[in-house]
Amino acid sequence: MAEHSRALAHHFENLEQQRDAGELGMWLFLTTEIMFFGGLFLAYCVFRAWYPAEFVAGSETMDVTLGTINTAVLLTSSLSMALAVRAAGQSQRRRLVALLVATTLLGVVFLGIKSYEYHHKYEEGLIPFGGFPFAYDTGRRAGLVTFLNLYFLMTGLHAFHMVVGIFMLLALAVLAWRGGLLGERSLPVHNIGLYWHFVDLVWVYLFPFFYLIAVRSGGH
Amino acid sequence: MNLPAAARPPRNYLNASYSLHTWLFTLDHKRIAILYLLTITFFFVIGGVAATIVRLELMTPAGDLVESETYNKLFTIHGITMIFFFLIPSIPTVLGNFLVPLMLGARDLAFPRLNLLSYYLFAFGGLLTLWAILAGGVDTGWTFYTPYSSTYSNTYVMTTAVGVFITGFSSILTGLNFIVTTHMMRAPGQTWFRLPLFIWSMYATSLIMVLATPVVTLAILLVGLERLFGIGIFDPALGGDPLLFQHLFWFYSHPAVYIMILPAMGVVSELVACFSRRRPFGYAFIGFSSFAIAVLSFLVWGHHMFVSGQSPYAGLVFSMLSFLVAIPSAVKVFNWTATLYKASISYNTPMLYALGFIGLFTVGGLTGLFLATLAIDRHVHDTYFIVAHFHYIMVGGTVMAYLGGIHFWWPKMTGRMYPEGWARFSAVLIFAGFNLTFFPQFILGYLGMPRRYHVYPEEWQVLNVMSSAGASILAFGYFFPITYLTWSLWYGAPAPPNPFGHTGLEWQTPSPPPTYNFDRVPIVEEEAYNFDPDDTQRKAREEQELPVG
Amino acid sequence: MSNDFQWMPEQASSFAAEVDALYLFLILFSGFFTVLIAFLIVFFAIKYRRGSPANRTQRAGHFFLMELSWIAIPFPLMMVMFFWGARIYMQQFRPPAGAMEISCVARQWMWKFQHPEGNTEINDLHVPLNQPIRINMISEDVIHSLYVPAFRVKQDVLPGRYTTLWFKPTKVGRYHLFCAEYCGAKHSEMRGTVHVLEPSQYQAWLSGKSDGQAPAAAGRMLFEQLRCGTCHLGGGATGRGPSLVGLFGQTVPLQNGQTVVADETYLRESILRPAAKVVAGYQPIMPAYEGQIGEEGLLQLIAEIKSLAPPGPPAKSSPAPDADDATSENAPPGKAKVETP
Repeated sequence: MAEHSRALAHHFENLEQQRDAGELGMWLFLTTEIMFFGGLFLAYCVFRAWYPAEFVAGSETMDVTLGTINTAVLLTSSLSMALAVRAAGQSQRRRLVALLVATTLLGVVFLGIKSYEYHHKYEEGLIPFGGFPFAYDTGRRAGLVTFLNLYFLMTGLHAFHMVVGIFMLLALAVLAWRGGLLGERSLPVHNIGLYWHFVDLVWVYLFPFFYLIAVRSGGH
Repeated sequence: MNLPAAARPPRNYLNASYSLHTWLFTLDHKRIAILYLLTITFFFVIGGVAATIVRLELMTPAGDLVESETYNKLFTIHGITMIFFFLIPSIPTVLGNFLVPLMLGARDLAFPRLNLLSYYLFAFGGLLTLWAILAGGVDTGWTFYTPYSSTYSNTYVMTTAVGVFITGFSSILTGLNFIVTTHMMRAPGQTWFRLPLFIWSMYATSLIMVLATPVVTLAILLVGLERLFGIGIFDPALGGDPLLFQHLFWFYSHPAVYIMILPAMGVVSELVACFSRRRPFGYAFIGFSSFAIAVLSFLVWGHHMFVSGQSPYAGLVFSMLSFLVAIPSAVKVFNWTATLYKASISYNTPMLYALGFIGLFTVGGLTGLFLATLAIDRHVHDTYFIVAHFHYIMVGGTVMAYLGGIHFWWPKMTGRMYPEGWARFSAVLIFAGFNLTFFPQFILGYLGMPRRYHVYPEEWQVLNVMSSAGASILAFGYFFPITYLTWSLWYGAPAPPNPFGHTGLEWQTPSPPPTYNFDRVPIVEEEAYNFDPDDTQRKAREEQELPVG
Repeated sequence: MSNDFQWMPEQASSFAAEVDALYLFLILFSGFFTVLIAFLIVFFAIKYRRGSPANRTQRAGHFFLMELSWIAIPFPLMMVMFFWGARIYMQQFRPPAGAMEISCVARQWMWKFQHPEGNTEINDLHVPLNQPIRINMISEDVIHSLYVPAFRVKQDVLPGRYTTLWFKPTKVGRYHLFCAEYCGAKHSEMRGTVHVLEPSQYQAWLSGKSDGQAPAAAGRMLFEQLRCGTCHLGGGATGRGPSLVGLFGQTVPLQNGQTVVADETYLRESILRPAAKVVAGYQPIMPAYEGQIGEEGLLQLIAEIKSLAPPGPPAKSSPAPDADDATSENAPPGKAKVETP
């Protein structure tokens, strides 16, 4: 332990080992996240096979325009996150802070649009659980309920991951403002960047699964 | 919680500091292992008491000791505490936490803070579950089958589910920590094929923890949301599919069986090698068979569902794959047995447990073939045959190996020797009591006695009384180690660094080890288990060395 | 049951002897390996105890062939178990053509059976000797499992979905019937007795305990009450709904281009949620009956639909009257309008 940098924890031999360990840990964590969402996607596949027509009917209740805007917002936030990781590696403090704040804001915009959509569902009486008034009642009821259950479950858990991400981004922004997270200490930015991209990726699947199947199946 | 330290000076992880604070907020993997040891022993006692009452009730065919509602809560408490709060964490969190860095030649796990967080998640999940038990209990069985758990049961399902949910994260973080540590923290020269087999098995176990646990976490979350808000995923009355729950649940819970047994196999590989003074026969085969088991364990969950209403063709596939998973397990048994050939065997307590393990695991594994056979499973599914089978694996297997491992590394962990005579006596007692308890249950199962039965037809009383009698012997058997191991903390003989003459890095550092494990980073220059069969070199070395202590 | 000690339950179905033979094969296999391993461990443990004078030279390091042999020897034996077990298992899913149909509704904590002649019984099941029996089962609440150890069969009973079980009783007697899937407080009391009777005694039992309508007859009343015939008995000519005459067991083309076999599960789904699988050429205008018909009523309606045989070639049982009824019933309700709410 000749050069014992302040960034190096006592039980590591060197910074490279520490950095590799941190990054491997993050990838493993994301693997667990994939398995977690994997269970939900399995449920989606099962029920879509059970109720194909109802899922299309459910998809018709989605606002494709808002969904598309949200997809664009989230993809843009991934870009700013990627730039933030680069800024951290290059020790550009002001740039890093600005990009972290921009990513956070885009995340907040996404959640804002999402909550507007949820509210709209509430007004239309399309929340099939928790004692909310549920207006829709035809022969397609059972499958539609399942579609909406899955919609709220999967987008809700996705939104929860977004909220966690936003808090972590804010913490990063504060640390970066104070001059941390630069150069050899940039691993947290890198790891939370991976997390943010993962959450983004989940949305890339959710968007077509819920918003676009009516567009496709309708064929008109 | 201050354990008495060995003799005096040499600074070690136990006497480095004494305040409660330094224990509760420790980042030292060895101290965290001790915290886990105390916690899981506590849950073992709770699960054991519940099992005792269950066995007492079953001595008579009528339900005369407890009400059926109470009985259902008792077997649920037994299952949940034993599986989620004892068996799954047992070897990984106590022996794994203590030994993985030592065996690799590292100063600590890769993420010490995460390790402590993992402990507190476990403790918090455990406390919630305990609270659910005290507040009135839960009666769903440890399997939480829907829609009973999500809609019909009116017990403390939510609290328990949250407890298990949180504990799942603890398991994930522990597995993640072990994987990263094994990849990144090996000492110079400690190549993959020089690793002790315990590390191979812990690595395979960690892979399962990381990949399977999130799925059960999700399943339990969905049960909770269905119960709380009526988000129907599993209850057919809400448009859901109860079999989907079973698929998600067993996708985790079958691999979880291997989370429980793979570490046990790792421990037994160490014990057999050490007390035979031989490199395990087929080192690489034993190591790779752990991975084969880990991979196959993800492909066999449907064998829990042969009578559930899933497609019979799915049944065919899962049955075939289940036979395949038997092969790597058989490879291990044959290799351990072959290790004994032309060995130099001594019979310390850990070896007695290891030999007991091989016998009981063989019976447990072979009866697994009965359950993989479709037509037999149709008959014995959900009967006492299953109960006997998985107790042979989990108690006859995992608990025997856990106790063997605890005895084996006890001198290393505490710096004290356990009393050999008492320990041998209780090992034999546990083996005998175990067989008397669970062998009759195979017969009961084939006769058709369903599991989770509070009352049963009179003609099965004789076998049930035998089983209950065995259980009382077993209870005594477990009482002894708890007692004499505690006793040894004060009165046991001080332990030398390597009391059993094993190879491996953990034996090259003092007992108990210093806070950072090694005074200087060890360099590994030879394969694991490079025993000197006739002990000539060791004796010569010992004569040269000064007496330890 | 006798007081003698038993190792196996009685063999009272056509499956029992086969399953037991396989069981014995597995016991021999397991017994051999258990004894082998135990013997080797004890033998080595004594011979090579530390300090014994045994010859320890030529210590085997690692014989690749040996490893392969203990992979290769058990494997074919396991495949014997697999194929043997799979053969019996697949038989258990293929009831013979002439099987007698008994319906079963399970709920916390009782079993309710209904015979084709209409007799119902709770927690008891009377069946004639040597007659294949097919039980069509559904649960009204949680998962249960019908288990008769003497028959070596067991099948989970699910809410919202039919499962079936068949067996052929081969020995007169009384046998345990259990719920094998944990279902709540009185799980262990959800049990009863299967009575296997000589066919003549079974007939006597049936007539002595005639307490209910045949399911198809009860189903017909329901069928009329709900006016199913208005749309579904016109041979498709009315254009509102597909004809149900002779439908059961046929392959039905759906609107989305797929096809489905009209079995109990499909009929049940189409009554409860008609829009789920719409027959090609029809509009989804039928109201959903979800929550309006109980499980027993559904089983009866399905029994009625099964009995609606095509008017042409006479089918196995009572063809003509049904078909007549069907067409005559088509007329009176006339213009009863089916509306979508």
